[in-house]
Amino acid sequence: MNERKPVGQENTMEAAASRKKSAAKPAKLGRDVQARLGQQLRAMYDEVVNQGVPDRFTDLLNRLNNNGSKDGQ
Amino acid sequence: MAMDESVRKAILGAVPSLRAFAISLCGNVDRADDLVQEMLLRALANIDSFQPGTNMSAWLFTILRNHFRSEYRKRRREVEDSDGRYAETLKSQPEQYGQVEYREFREALAQLPQDQREALILVGASGFSYEEAANICGCAVGTIKSRVNRARTRLAELMHVNSAEDFGPDETVRAVLASGE
Repeated sequence: MNERKPVGQENTMEAAASRKKSAAKPAKLGRDVQARLGQQLRAMYDEVVNQGVPDRFTDLLNRLNNNGSKDGQ
Repeated sequence: MAMDESVRKAILGAVPSLRAFAISLCGNVDRADDLVQEMLLRALANIDSFQPGTNMSAWLFTILRNHFRSEYRKRRREVEDSDGRYAETLKSQPEQYGQVEYREFREALAQLPQDQREALILVGASGFSYEEAANICGCAVGTIKSRVNRARTRLAELMHVNSAEDFGPDETVRAVLASGE
């Protein structure tokens, strides 16, 4: 699936899938792997968080707020 | 419904994280922003049901998550959508995410079952505790823990990662730096 990466024993989707079926309980992930996956997840997430609040949402809240005030709802 | 300024600030302050959550859930920026907009409308319409002093962010995440769920079910009925189709959509639109750097990770994330994906994101990226995530998803704390564990294991399988070295030398260094959470 990805030629760039050095891989371990299993390097195909099929192997991973068959391992999943045969293993009653998945092997516990090492802390280093967990940390790395977590870091990628947060990096991906934070990329969006760092974009801040798009104008459309600030405008929407302001518009709703003003309407609310005028209508006295 | 003139809003209290502190409420307005709390809502706006949560929007960036809600967008990131929505994009991670549905894999499409435009659809994610529609989800956020609908969430905002619903939150404001029901602002009276928010209990001051409780976690505004968790309340908004719950609304967004439930709305996404009902939309997803509706779409699924309409077009036979599935996690597989979602993954395919994602592959065809990598540019929507900006950098391609995390593309492999995103593709693996997209292949997770929805329950596992949302649990992993809430706990691993949004910064909620297991208890908060359980409240947002309406399930037991143990269920969230098990979903997060299964999500991590499956991600590692999908990305063929057996040790941190599989990420490459530079990234291993970053993983070490990031592990002091």
